[in-house]
Amino acid sequence: MSVALGTLQPRKQREAPPDAHDVRQERRLVRWLITTFAVLFLVLFLVLPLATVFAQAFARGFDAYVKALVEPDALAAIRLTLLVAAIAVALNLVFGMIAAWAIAKFEFAGKTILVTLIDLPFSVSPVISGLVFVLLFGAQGFFGADLQSHDIQIIFALPGLVLATLLVTFPFVARELIPLMQEQGTQDEEAAISLGASGLQTFFRVTLPNVKWALLYGVLLCNARAMGEFGAVAVVSGHVRGETTTMPLYVEILYNEYKSTAAFAVASLLALLALVTLIAKALLEQRAATE
Amino acid sequence: MTVLTNTRGRELQGRAGSTIRRPFGRRPSVVPGFGITLGLTLTWLALIVLIPLAGLFLKTATLSPEQFWAIISSRRTLNALQLSFGLSLVAAAINLVAGAIVSWALVRYEFPGRRIFDAIVDIPFALPTAVAGIALTSLFAENGWLGSILALAGIKVSFTPLGILVALIFIGLPFVVRTVQPVLLDLEAEVEEAAATLGATRWQTVTKVILPAVLPALLTGFALAFARSVGEYGSVIFIAGNLPNVSEIAPLLIVIRLEEFKYADATAIAVVMLIASFLILLAVNRLQRWSELRSGRL
Repeated sequence: MSVALGTLQPRKQREAPPDAHDVRQERRLVRWLITTFAVLFLVLFLVLPLATVFAQAFARGFDAYVKALVEPDALAAIRLTLLVAAIAVALNLVFGMIAAWAIAKFEFAGKTILVTLIDLPFSVSPVISGLVFVLLFGAQGFFGADLQSHDIQIIFALPGLVLATLLVTFPFVARELIPLMQEQGTQDEEAAISLGASGLQTFFRVTLPNVKWALLYGVLLCNARAMGEFGAVAVVSGHVRGETTTMPLYVEILYNEYKSTAAFAVASLLALLALVTLIAKALLEQRAATE
Repeated sequence: MTVLTNTRGRELQGRAGSTIRRPFGRRPSVVPGFGITLGLTLTWLALIVLIPLAGLFLKTATLSPEQFWAIISSRRTLNALQLSFGLSLVAAAINLVAGAIVSWALVRYEFPGRRIFDAIVDIPFALPTAVAGIALTSLFAENGWLGSILALAGIKVSFTPLGILVALIFIGLPFVVRTVQPVLLDLEAEVEEAAATLGATRWQTVTKVILPAVLPALLTGFALAFARSVGEYGSVIFIAGNLPNVSEIAPLLIVIRLEEFKYADATAIAVVMLIASFLILLAVNRLQRWSELRSGRL
């Protein structure tokens, strides 16, 4: 599933498109038709939805836009989203580096299976990613009674949101690092070790600088997904306004209450996050290509 | 091989020559930290992914086969599953064709804004699904930019199964484009030139030389888009209308059953979907291996 988000690798430079006299060139009409179809398709299905978000957010003017964002419930949703993403991204960052080290720097039996298992959350429906934690920690769940007797709340509370987000974003950082670290081999690390560096020194001074752009990209993707996750957190949130509603859930509440402008105002922040992520990806790709 | 100076390195080097079997069949290496990193990886993987998913199957195991069958074969469940899988298949097929054309234009032609369009392909990966959902709904609503035009032709998109299809096309497109693009970039110009020199028309070259080379990638992209669409929730539920038996997708039915506290029902549907996605994942792995063998990248 390596293409699920596209790993950050120096993109192969596109050759100059074949010119008019090249045998690899289609007829002019064919070229025109293909280009027009591609552009139209991308505009209709990708550009217009994105433009709609901003058009609707500012449909009632700038003041209404700002007012929707400074609502106490909106601010609470933003704070909760930042908190959940910070915890989930930090944990997955640490896990991703550890997993990439074990998988990329060593040869062992069962490695393919391990990588497949790490990729697994990519192919599980987000709703199921939330459901599994309800089955474990919900009132009727396996540990439900125990948790209740100790007065610990996981589902419909912050821990549930974090767990669901962790599961959904599980592969992101590891997935970015593994192919790159495998490609780089172990010569650098072997040299560092033989010169007397400790394992941690080797990792932080030799391995990490080699993969910093891919790591940063992995963190960005992981963060974008963590902040934008909807299905998994919808199942474990319980939708308590101002308490367990992250930004995407708050968008849903507003939209269902027919507060369209407010819904799109909050949505526009998430759309901005997506745009920033895409721009950062383009910049990081250039960076990785020049180095 | 470098001369090893530290004791640890020497010890490992010493063992490398011997026939001592290492745990997990690991090949010897002077790089430290294998045990602890693999241990932590497996522990964390078990805690966050494997044990929770195993819980799903445990819960299903508490149902008798008759109970399980009764849930799965109920009319509403069957309709939801059929809708999710059927529309995902159609959306993935549309993306297969559209994605191939878009990739071709992005790789082979020069047109204004090409780089920006290339970057835009990733929008469905980056845009939160709930945002995509409300945006598509309002775009295709009867008073929306596109919905009002389609309404003239008497076509309703928002709040119909057609709306679900639109959302699934949106969500799946980048999977096809991003799988096919690198393969198109890797194609050798000489092969096409040879075909032309030997008298093939451009159409013959495209269908008999290029298409077979790109086919595994196309099918992989198709399978990935299909897998993603089957489980998709956020971008679909706003535009779907969510009428039981008509426009209610399987993930939504899971959520509804949960809200009714019918955990067994929710779990049974989830297990069916999960097994289906395992099978798709398996197919994708096979396709990717085939694709790598074909392009000689193995």
